[in-house]
Amino acid sequence: MFDGIARRVVSVWFPRLASDRVLRLRPVDGPFAVTLKEANAERIHCLNATAERQGLSRGMSFADARAFCPELQTRPADPAAEAQFLTVLRRWAVRYCPWVGVEGGDGLVMDVTGSAHLFGGEAAMLSDMRQRLSRAGITARIGLGDGRGAAWALARFGEGVAAPGAALEALAEVPVAGLRLEMDTVAALHRLGLSRIGALDAAARAPLARRFGPDLLLRLDQALGRQPESVAPLPDPPHYGVRMTLPEPIGLTADVMAGAARLLDRLCERLVAREEGARRLALSLRRVDQDSRTVELRLARPLRDPGRILPLFERAVGEVDAGYGIDMLRLEAVEVEPLPVRQVSHVSSGRGDRLDDLITRIGTRIGLENIRRYLPADSHVPERAFIVSPAAWSEPGGGWTALRPRPIRLFPPEPIAGEGPRPPDRFRWRRMQLATERATGPERIAPEWWLEDEAWRRGMRDYWLVETRQGRRLWLFHTPQAPGWFVQGEFA
Amino acid sequence: MSADLFTSFPLRRTRVHEVSGPSAAGFAAMAGAGTETVFWIRESWRPEVLNPVGLSEFLDPARLLVAEVSDQTEGLAVMEEALRDGSVPFVVIETSQPLGLTPGRRLQLAAKAGQSVGLCLIPEGMGSNAAETRWHCSPVFDRAAAASDSTLQRWDLTKNKSGTLGTWHVRWDRTSRRVRVVSPARE
Repeated sequence: MFDGIARRVVSVWFPRLASDRVLRLRPVDGPFAVTLKEANAERIHCLNATAERQGLSRGMSFADARAFCPELQTRPADPAAEAQFLTVLRRWAVRYCPWVGVEGGDGLVMDVTGSAHLFGGEAAMLSDMRQRLSRAGITARIGLGDGRGAAWALARFGEGVAAPGAALEALAEVPVAGLRLEMDTVAALHRLGLSRIGALDAAARAPLARRFGPDLLLRLDQALGRQPESVAPLPDPPHYGVRMTLPEPIGLTADVMAGAARLLDRLCERLVAREEGARRLALSLRRVDQDSRTVELRLARPLRDPGRILPLFERAVGEVDAGYGIDMLRLEAVEVEPLPVRQVSHVSSGRGDRLDDLITRIGTRIGLENIRRYLPADSHVPERAFIVSPAAWSEPGGGWTALRPRPIRLFPPEPIAGEGPRPPDRFRWRRMQLATERATGPERIAPEWWLEDEAWRRGMRDYWLVETRQGRRLWLFHTPQAPGWFVQGEFA
Repeated sequence: MSADLFTSFPLRRTRVHEVSGPSAAGFAAMAGAGTETVFWIRESWRPEVLNPVGLSEFLDPARLLVAEVSDQTEGLAVMEEALRDGSVPFVVIETSQPLGLTPGRRLQLAAKAGQSVGLCLIPEGMGSNAAETRWHCSPVFDRAAAASDSTLQRWDLTKNKSGTLGTWHVRWDRTSRRVRVVSPARE
């Protein structure tokens, strides 16, 4: 019976992914290993063939390994970079077929059904893969089978090709660990004497299902091609970059802005489709002399309205030195944030939008973090009763209450001469001779002991509002635990 | 009795004004009390900071934006941009050096283009000729007021391009959130 095209799956395993990644950047002669800190002990995470020949193995503690092999060179592992490297390899593998998925942390799975003939058959395709990977310095084991299970088993155990419809023949001598089973299941199967896939297949199914559950048989059937299993390709991350190449170089600001406007229209269409807004944009202008200039724009709010973004580029584009002319423009949204569609109402004025644009424009001049707003905070300590946060990343917050009068200006405490718990009658502050006319207080504020604060080392403070005969209204405090008088603020 | 304060106090729109004296920040807070957004430009090296908790008596700190600039030139550029844009009706800058005639004039033109009000907090005696009005504000000890409740100030209008000069004693009215003129107490 004909049941469509036979599915063919390639599984690629990179047994030395972590060490290969490091060695590609910095080749090392001799034994080399990548170590990973696990449960407070450095252990060998991945090692090269030379190190393996010296008797080292994965999972060995680093101290032992160094005792075995004093000339061992190591690097700390970087799991994030390894994942990134695997993603790069996945993108490379798309040259063989469009369906490429990632398998675990160190493998790829590719559904090559119907694409092998493009490379001159399966054998030619596999040798092409091996050649390219070994030229890149990456160790790889490749298995090819009718299904994901068979390819996986062949890649990890034995490296070979299972002919179409003949998975059992190819896998009969492969250990049961090639079935992607739990470790304890594998051990139990060994105890039963079922150490090979062929032997397992020959055993009666019902007792196996009763003893090990349906999972074992599902894996077996998947490996032997009786149960289908699909390859899920990873989605490509959305790409927010557009470019324009020009036949003739341009140099006028108006021309560059016109080009940027076209790019921006295209970019914003993509942003609209995904309901995202750009937070940071980079416009690269490549000049005829191969030099390039990048104009960066950081926005106070995520935006995707070309009409609003374009004028914000004007100032920075005007400052770019065009040299002999610009022949390529590239616009990329470097940072994007979700920006759901909002209901437009007639109540909201455009004032907030205009203010955001102003913040963006001033932000290009002084840095977006330097435009700040105050948010209330829950603390009695005057310096911590408010939070200063960048206006571009916060919303205005209400709920300001002053239970007692507070100065409108605060400064670092300035010591004055004074003794005793009551404010001095006369004191000098900032070269001024002041006389206390009325003092209101004290208001005792204790330090927040759960926070480390250098300024509050002197212990609690008794605050006084001192009105002087000269007019000035000052905020003084006395520290009874380490006697001293300070001025910390001034009232309106 | 001098002229009416309220011909010149809600600071004339589309112009840039100047204020000096110990209570200059209080004057700025009172002048910005009714406006939608206040944009306050200060140099980042200055040790004294605004205390929004204290300011909340005059204006809502939620409507306050603070720009920290590295020097006065940058601050003036930011101020010009903010005034010209018109989306912030009230822009305050703290200056530390005297303002030349050209920058002062540029600020006036920007304020005219953006229909906004600018206010420079200047050190004593460093006024610019381009300013529309110049004020000097100092606190006054208020014997009559209840303790810890006095906001009595003496405002001297020392320069006014379109009006008369004058001296007033004013007090901040917390409930109605506006300035009230009081007659000075006699000794």
